[in-house]
Amino acid sequence: MTVIEFKNVSKAFHRAVGQRLLRHYLEDLLGKSDPDSFHALKNVNFAINDGESVAVIGANGAGKSTLLSLVTRLAPPSAGQVTINGRVAALLELGAGFHPDLTGRENIRLNASLLGFSRKQAGDLYETIVDFSELHDFIDEPLRTYSNGMMLRLAFSVAVNLDPEILIIDEVLAVGDQQFQTKCIDKIFEIRNQGKTILCVSHVGPLLESLCTRALWLDHGQLVMDGPTHEVLQAYEGRTLHAPSE
Amino acid sequence: MTSLWNGDYLFLLENLIVKDFKIRYRNMSLGVFWSLLNPLILMGVLTFVFTKVMPNAVPNFPLFVLCGLVPFNFFTVAWNNGTISIANNAGLIKRIPVPREIVPIATVLSTTIHLGIQIVLLLILTLAFGRGINVHWFWLPLLWALEVMFVCGLVLATSALDVYLRDMRYIVESACTVLFWLVPIFYTLDIVPREYVTVYEFNPLAALILGLRRILYEGVSPNGDAGLVYKLAFTSTVTFVAGLAIFSRLKHKFFDYL
Repeated sequence: MTVIEFKNVSKAFHRAVGQRLLRHYLEDLLGKSDPDSFHALKNVNFAINDGESVAVIGANGAGKSTLLSLVTRLAPPSAGQVTINGRVAALLELGAGFHPDLTGRENIRLNASLLGFSRKQAGDLYETIVDFSELHDFIDEPLRTYSNGMMLRLAFSVAVNLDPEILIIDEVLAVGDQQFQTKCIDKIFEIRNQGKTILCVSHVGPLLESLCTRALWLDHGQLVMDGPTHEVLQAYEGRTLHAPSE
Repeated sequence: MTSLWNGDYLFLLENLIVKDFKIRYRNMSLGVFWSLLNPLILMGVLTFVFTKVMPNAVPNFPLFVLCGLVPFNFFTVAWNNGTISIANNAGLIKRIPVPREIVPIATVLSTTIHLGIQIVLLLILTLAFGRGINVHWFWLPLLWALEVMFVCGLVLATSALDVYLRDMRYIVESACTVLFWLVPIFYTLDIVPREYVTVYEFNPLAALILGLRRILYEGVSPNGDAGLVYKLAFTSTVTFVAGLAIFSRLKHKFFDYL
């Protein structure tokens, strides 16, 4: 079964050159084409099947995060069609719904509800989440007293215990210390081995090679290569190495 | 665009409301007492002005003016906070596919907690001024519910517009200042020229204040001859439906503009 399908998908953004005045909005309304618009994705086609784990690679600004935001339906495509089947959990920016004045416990509850947990699920999973984060001693302290690493631990623990059908990971594997990182990566492998679909953006080549069987290479918004991770990574790294002499 | 979010709406709404409420008061030494302070101070000031500086014939002026201040205070706080709620929660809107409508609505509903506290103050003052409980008190929950619905409608429209035009928040602020004078808070409807009375009755905020006064202050049915409650129900429903329509038209591009 196809769980993610992109058909001729493009995504354009306005270039925010300084202030947007009333005139600009009127032009938008009247449908004047925007000469300054910037294409983050251009005519992208691919389909991902149930249980596949796919890496997305490319230089900064190649359109990787835009692609993920389309998969999570946070943004609509400017053209083309995006089809998604399944419950998506996105580790896009950990702790997006967290508030510094709430305690760890309150933030877990809030974040769980934002991510779609029901009251019962949130209650049942609370202990699992806290155990995974290893933050028992600080759970009733406000989040602003947490270190950055502790905050990320908590956020990761909530998101990864959601039991998603499609897991999206955007360069968030650098969580906490070495020991906790290993734990996170183990957890992601565990999710993959349960047959879940994974879409992963990272710059850590060896990890992608062991986690993902297939890779998509984006360059300036275009899909330039789609194939086995090893081959795509080799082509990508080869190109990057030659870049300075071009 | 169908949302991928299929979670528990009530649980989410409850958490967002509690979050707003806790954040506002967690670091305040006076806590929820602040909810009472604002209307009480304004009541004192207006009573001083309109009984000592420019005396008028309205008896029990403090109760009279509080019937206007409580709904007006809720209206301005909820409308202002609701309007900036989408832009202020940009991190959430851009990262988590929650149904967008829930953010401004939760902001309005968290303000109803303060409203509840102020209603208790208003009812205590009503009894203190020797106005007893009467059968028309049954109308009160409906009137308050209609006001909340009306504000939700307004907030849905202005919070969505605020994403595109950040000036919206200043327009709302100014509108609230203007409304303080155009709504019968410290004057009676009797002194309003006849030709404007219908306009007042179709203004949901004014209608609510008039209705409250009839129930609490005069002890009569809020409907009067003009069918006030029906007008209030009509304008509140229209505002809510229109607000929802505007919001769902504008929400698809929030991601691009935030």
